[in-house]
Amino acid sequence: MLDERLEVENLHLWRGERHVLRGVRFALGSGSCLEVTGPNGSGKTSLLRTLCGLIYPEEGRVLWKGEDVRRDLSAFHARLAYLGHEPPLKADLSARENLRYWIGIRRRLAAADLDAALARVGAGAWCERLVRTLSAGQRRRVALAGLALLIVPLWILDEPTTNLDAEGQQLVGSLISEQLGRGGLVIAAVHRALPGTVRDVHRLELPP
Amino acid sequence: MSAPGVPAAAALAGTAAVQDGGGVQLAGALDAARLALLRDLKLAFRKRGQLVQPLAFFALVTMLFPLGLSPELSRLREIAPGVLWVAALLASLLALEFLFRDDAYDGTLEQYALSGQSLTALMFAKTAAHWLLTGLPLALVAPLAALSLGAPLAALGGIVASVAVGSVALSLIGSIGAALTLGMKRSGALLSLLTLPLSLPVLIYGARATQLAMSGATPLAPLELLGALAVLGVTLAPIAAAAAVRISLE
Repeated sequence: MLDERLEVENLHLWRGERHVLRGVRFALGSGSCLEVTGPNGSGKTSLLRTLCGLIYPEEGRVLWKGEDVRRDLSAFHARLAYLGHEPPLKADLSARENLRYWIGIRRRLAAADLDAALARVGAGAWCERLVRTLSAGQRRRVALAGLALLIVPLWILDEPTTNLDAEGQQLVGSLISEQLGRGGLVIAAVHRALPGTVRDVHRLELPP
Repeated sequence: MSAPGVPAAAALAGTAAVQDGGGVQLAGALDAARLALLRDLKLAFRKRGQLVQPLAFFALVTMLFPLGLSPELSRLREIAPGVLWVAALLASLLALEFLFRDDAYDGTLEQYALSGQSLTALMFAKTAAHWLLTGLPLALVAPLAALSLGAPLAALGGIVASVAVGSVALSLIGSIGAALTLGMKRSGALLSLLTLPLSLPVLIYGARATQLAMSGATPLAPLELLGALAVLGVTLAPIAAAAAVRISLE
């Protein structure tokens, strides 16, 4: 079991004239999931990007295992996987090629790992097709395969179930459950609650 | 007997950590840069239109001059170095817009920035791919353009060398401008305003090398200066581009 801990202290973020994050604080330990909810424009994505270290907050700190992540950002990045609104895929590469480059930049990949991950998300039959010919749900599945391949303790997901059918939503649930079972952490911005298979869920509601 | 127990426990914890990671081996910086380069090359060959555009522009502009001015060789030779280099500069500018735009749009840059790998190395790989796809072909087409402007055969070696080395510097200078204008819509004009002044030394030394080569002298001195600019670019430009990309992601 991993023993990890993410703490967020008094996060304040301004975007222009807007005070988006007003003193967000939480702590999350190994095996727990945090659902971030709130209406559109309440700063869910800004919060996730701040946690990743993409955005500098005006005030507050993010601590990983008690250390400010700013002290060694790239070491922190090596421990996290971030999936944004859109799957980070190239339209002119096949699903398989996309994973090979996207994930290969971070870790060594055997062909068998790739095949297993693609089969896991139900992409076995169409993984050689160009991403531009895939549906939005299929693209999301490819992104999930990438997430599963990274094998890192911290997942930060922006609406991971968007565009997925019922079975796809279950897939997200079971991937997250496995991640938590390994002792990993998951932070997800969601509109609807994550599928029921996910246990130990904490909630953070952002005010409008 | 607690002393021997401690290392044993530590060793156990160590193996457990490896198993937790599924035996994942992280990719080295060199592997990451190689993959980033290969990805860009592969993508470019999937969409050849973007590849051909700057080249066709370069060839056309240089061939328009003999038509518009006069086919008289002595006059053409006089303006050839300037025409060749201005056309090369504008052609490389034309290609710059595509350097980071798609990657910014589809989230690839974000994933690069969050990869835990050196963003500077990845930016260098991207710029290297960009040079292979635009600068190198430009150098290979340069003899054709030079001949249409009346350059003697003996000068072609020097011209190709000057365009090849000069375009390295142009790609690198351009990568900073392209990264700085990432967040903006309609960034084309601003990109030229940022990049062209910085490219002036390349234009001056490049045109001088071409002129010397055409007059039968050795173009070594301006070539060395171009080389120095390229080396300066290699060492500094990826750092600046990486910083600019991080800012654009905020």
